[in-house]
Amino acid sequence: MGPLWVVAEPGAEGGLARISAEAATLARDLGASTGRDVIGIVIASDPAAAATELATYLPVVWAIADPAAAEHAWSAVAAGRIAALLAPDGKDVPEAPDAILIGAGADGRDLAGAVSALSGLGVLVNATSVTWTDAGPSVEMSVFGGKLITNSGFTGGRGIITIRPNVTTAVAADAPGRVEPRSVAGAASLPAVKVVERVSEAGVQASIEEARIIVAGGRGVGGPDGFEMVEQLAEALGGAVGATRAAVDSGWIPYSQQIGQTGKIVKPELYLALGISGAIQHKVGMRTSGAIVAVNRDADAPIAEFADIFVVGDLFEVGNALLEQLRARSG
Amino acid sequence: MRIVVLVKPVPDPASAGERLGPDGRLDRAAVPAVVNGNDEYVLEAALKLIEAAGEGEITLLSMAPTTAPETLRKALAMGATRGVHVTDPALAGSCAVSTATVLAKALGELEFDMVFAGIDSSDGLGGIVPAAVAAHLGLPYLSYAARIEPDMSKRTVRVRRISATGYYLLEAPLPAVIGGTQALGEPRYPSLKGIMAARNKEIVTRSLADLGLDGASVGGAAVTTAVLDNRMPPARAATEIVRGTPAEGATRIVDFLAERRII
Ligand SMILES: Cc1cc2nc3c(=O)[nH]c(=O)nc-3n(C[C@H](O)[C@H](O)[C@H](O)COP(=O)(O)OP(=O)(O)OC[C@H]3O[C@@H](n4cnc5c(N)ncnc54)[C@H](O)[C@@H]3O)c2cc1C
Ligand SMILES: Nc1ncnc2c1ncn2[C@@H]1O[C@H](COP(=O)(O)O)[C@@H](O)[C@H]1O
Repeated sequence: MGPLWVVAEPGAEGGLARISAEAATLARDLGASTGRDVIGIVIASDPAAAATELATYLPVVWAIADPAAAEHAWSAVAAGRIAALLAPDGKDVPEAPDAILIGAGADGRDLAGAVSALSGLGVLVNATSVTWTDAGPSVEMSVFGGKLITNSGFTGGRGIITIRPNVTTAVAADAPGRVEPRSVAGAASLPAVKVVERVSEAGVQASIEEARIIVAGGRGVGGPDGFEMVEQLAEALGGAVGATRAAVDSGWIPYSQQIGQTGKIVKPELYLALGISGAIQHKVGMRTSGAIVAVNRDADAPIAEFADIFVVGDLFEVGNALLEQLRARSG
Repeated sequence: MRIVVLVKPVPDPASAGERLGPDGRLDRAAVPAVVNGNDEYVLEAALKLIEAAGEGEITLLSMAPTTAPETLRKALAMGATRGVHVTDPALAGSCAVSTATVLAKALGELEFDMVFAGIDSSDGLGGIVPAAVAAHLGLPYLSYAARIEPDMSKRTVRVRRISATGYYLLEAPLPAVIGGTQALGEPRYPSLKGIMAARNKEIVTRSLADLGLDGASVGGAAVTTAVLDNRMPPARAATEIVRGTPAEGATRIVDFLAERRII
């Protein structure tokens, strides 16, 4: 019986990405129920801070320092290190894991693809939960834009699993674990990709994939000024701002906030849709949300078919009334 | 400038009928296939680069069932030069590991400066093939591209990679593999002329044997993952339609959020 590995994606300013804390919590529960050890792995130019943070969730964390990670895209650097840890003929190779878990963010996916190619391990993506069977992990996923839920396994009994954000709540362990600095001999190397510059842009908002509440605006919002209503409601509810492609293509809000087939797939507790018709390409990105509330002046808009509450009306009038009532409640 | 665009035919997400067959594999006959949305964006980016350079060619590469040429015609009509279609009965039911192995092998026979792929596909099963292809080929992988700027004289490429707070500017030597997003810009519609021209464009078919691979090491016989069971998601409760004044609408929303303990 092998351990479970949790590889942490880099978070902001050398810290731990929230999605990694969630993956760690999920792995710890899985380890406890199946009697497996769980090991966290941090690969960074200076792994100390993220490793200490990851150790609040896990009993053991390997901190692997790699100076190349400072100025190069993370996934190629990290994939080389993970592949070396897995190498069957490598020196000081640890016990092979039964599953490698990582958050299903941009870096996690890039890592999963590269490690899969280097190791031959299969990958199951965007897990919503993981259980264990006699044949290894059983991974629940939502496919075809939420039309179907599947459980899948690895034919070889082990593999790589990416965990969708928000499917579990990060909970620290009763006692913090220990951080073990570790060096990896003979890192299998992939060609490095240089990071020339890291640019922050105004208008990029909180990550919608991690948000528990999303207030989203569509073409009905009418313009960048109209998005103020969406932003105020998001603030009043403590949520993030999302959008349809129509709003993004019009340049009212950055692409990072787009939800749907070619944008992000989200699963917040509440999805409040303002001036959104509910086209299929948008629906596939949000249909598994906990509660869906829509405000639209057209009672025949397709979103009426899959919202929990559909308020027929003008989004600015209803939005203002809603703001007033929310502020009255909290004030 | 030579660009290979990886094109994945996917079940049309706008259709309702995607389903798995009794073997737990996608029932491809049940739904019409379309070019994966993100692949159209990277193809558009490739077309613009070739147009700006005033020279070059685009090869589409697809590993797909025998019906794929129909789907590839649309991408050829947008302006790609030719297609390479890898198809083999043994490939039915391939997992991402095999897909990446086969695509990498097929790429080994082509000449290119850049390989473009969509960052993920709409069936919701993937998002890992491009990184795996790059690792197989030992080429740099630049992902989540919102802009792609090759410099053919220096033989490098710069990519804006979307980040949580803006973007990272990445740079790597050519040849390289690039995974692109919708932020690259809206794909064109094929013109009538393009549609006519596409009819005569070449689509080369390659089998596993042609690529020097055998059906025991890749494809349906070598899957690394398998669907164990599947079910429909729980049906949503019927929609409650609220009419009335804006204040009444707002009150109903607040009450609903309180009932659900969201506020
Ligand atoms: C390959 C492909 C990929 C795509 N990917 C995506 C994707 O990832 N995400 C996405 O969202 N779309 C995507 N689309 C586009 C999608 O098909 C729709 O065009 C888009 O979702 C529509 O956005 P919308 O609802 O904002 O606009 P519309 O469909 O125009 O709807 C606007 C709605 O606002 C209502 N409205 C107008 N004014 C008001 C008002 N004052 N008060 C209340 N209601 C009002 C109208 O009644 C209408 O229902 C994709 C399309 C394609 C072909
Ligand atoms: N069978 C395939 N044939 C050609 N390209 C593919 C295939 N599968 C995946 N790709 C490419 O890889 C991208 C991501 O696919 P996936 O990893 O399956 O989500 C797609 O957008 C394509 O560019």
